Amino acid sequence: MSASTPAPRLSLRDVSYGYVGTSANVLQGIDLELAEGRIVGVVGPNEAGKSTLCLVAAGLAPLAIGGRLDGTVEQDGVDTRTLSAADLGQRVGILFQNPVTQLSGTSVTVYEEIAFGPRNLGLPLGEVATRVEWAADLVGVRDLLPRDPARLSGGQAQLVALGSVLALRPGTLVLDEPTSQLDPLGTRLVGDALADLAAETGTAILMVEHKTDLLARMADEVVVLVDGKIAKSGPAAEVLADPALPALGVEPPSDIRLRAALAEAGISFDASWGPALGVQAAVGARE
Amino acid sequence: MTAEIVVENVSFVYPDGTHALADVDLQIPRGHRIAIVGQNGSGKSTLVRHFNGLLRPTTGRILLDGLDTVGVHVAHLASRVGLAFQNPDRQIFAGRVKAEVAFGPRNIGMAQVEVEQAVYAALEAVGLTGQADTNPYDLGYSRRKLLALASVLAMRTPIVLLDEPTTGQDARGVARVQKIVSDLADTGRTVIGISHDMRFVAESFERVVVMRAGRIILDGTPSEVFARESWDALASTYLEPPLPARIGVRAGVGSTPTDALLVEALSQRKVAAS
Repeated sequence: MSASTPAPRLSLRDVSYGYVGTSANVLQGIDLELAEGRIVGVVGPNEAGKSTLCLVAAGLAPLAIGGRLDGTVEQDGVDTRTLSAADLGQRVGILFQNPVTQLSGTSVTVYEEIAFGPRNLGLPLGEVATRVEWAADLVGVRDLLPRDPARLSGGQAQLVALGSVLALRPGTLVLDEPTSQLDPLGTRLVGDALADLAAETGTAILMVEHKTDLLARMADEVVVLVDGKIAKSGPAAEVLADPALPALGVEPPSDIRLRAALAEAGISFDASWGPALGVQAAVGARE
Repeated sequence: MTAEIVVENVSFVYPDGTHALADVDLQIPRGHRIAIVGQNGSGKSTLVRHFNGLLRPTTGRILLDGLDTVGVHVAHLASRVGLAFQNPDRQIFAGRVKAEVAFGPRNIGMAQVEVEQAVYAALEAVGLTGQADTNPYDLGYSRRKLLALASVLAMRTPIVLLDEPTTGQDARGVARVQKIVSDLADTGRTVIGISHDMRFVAESFERVVVMRAGRIILDGTPSEVFARESWDALASTYLEPPLPARIGVRAGVGSTPTDALLVEALSQRKVAAS
């Protein structure tokens, strides 16, 4: 790497990982790189190792939960095994799949919940308040700030959990199905907010997501994980249009699936019905 | 005939003052497949938790088979109405998958031999027979969701409530849930599903109830609810029609909320034109 090229935000080289008390590796030979401002989507069938990949990429495995890690995981060119939990926590933020796992359980209001991370970074109160409001606006939960976090709907809890991670302003975000409990327009708004964040601040985002329509809209690249190994990877439009996706247990985006159904019935797709990949985004923008 | 579930002018206010339901009226006949949709926080989960007595209305009443649920013991309601929670970890507590699934049927007084059959059938339906002796927390989130669903199926309740059953599922998992809904309907069970997945809703349910801010704003078949004239109302509760419904309107063949309906409508037009 030349001196002028910055290290990628996140880099995994030949990474294998197995949980404590098990002999088999859940991840095997993973090579993955995430540059500043890039969004990489991870898709794959249930139990492919997607959530484990998130834990490893965020450095929580093995730092917090133990296990065997082979290969190298680097944040900003630094081996995560040499970083303290505090240092790691400021470089990379992780959103867990289940938002209830994420919420601290100690906050009385959503405001306090989102402030929990920045306060623990020792930031001045004014900066904490600025970050809470910024994060709340980004995920659209400003009206929930006075509410009790334990009394939110599933989707609201997910937005608050995401806001709590964003308020830490990490350089790398690792998101495990960040929109799984969100309504369709909420999904799109969060997707757009994350894409803007990546473009404007250079935040790098690794995102596990079953909603391939959303990845078609926002991801630069897509990785297909099957049985703990990368089965395919490349530019999002290319990977998501791959006819092999369904056989790998991955649902293609709506328009790809619909085109296949029409082609099978001998009906050609009329261009006036919408553009190719990302037709949902285009339709949504116009309506 | 009286509907199996009747919601009469129900309002509900949480202890922190949140008004979750306002003047909801709804009738659900036996054996129907009904989806409840709407934006986050619109009251969907609150509504269905009234059906099994987890919540009681602040005002109004819920009738189950003509009986006001206020006078019915929760244990009886549990034998009539099964609820698979949105968050499986609120539901799971046993040390082994098969024990988890057996807990419900055993507690509603099912005979041991029947419990075993029910557990096996439920695990088979969700594809977890190979994990019967696994600790539930050694399963990933998507499989814990399926386990929570199996625990409800095993109770063989006449009414099954599924709160976001496809969340976290891959393509095969979604197909599995779709088959479960259709099999339940085939055996005369009432299925009430909450979902943000409009494709699943359009393909698996015969009626769609749309909520916004604790009220019902649309109620009809998928073709009615996803028709062009409903799009503004859908958008007001953060929903959008499935892609084939939009393409159908654009192609001039009307409301076609599923791929199959769109293909059929376009094929018919092609035949008529030739």
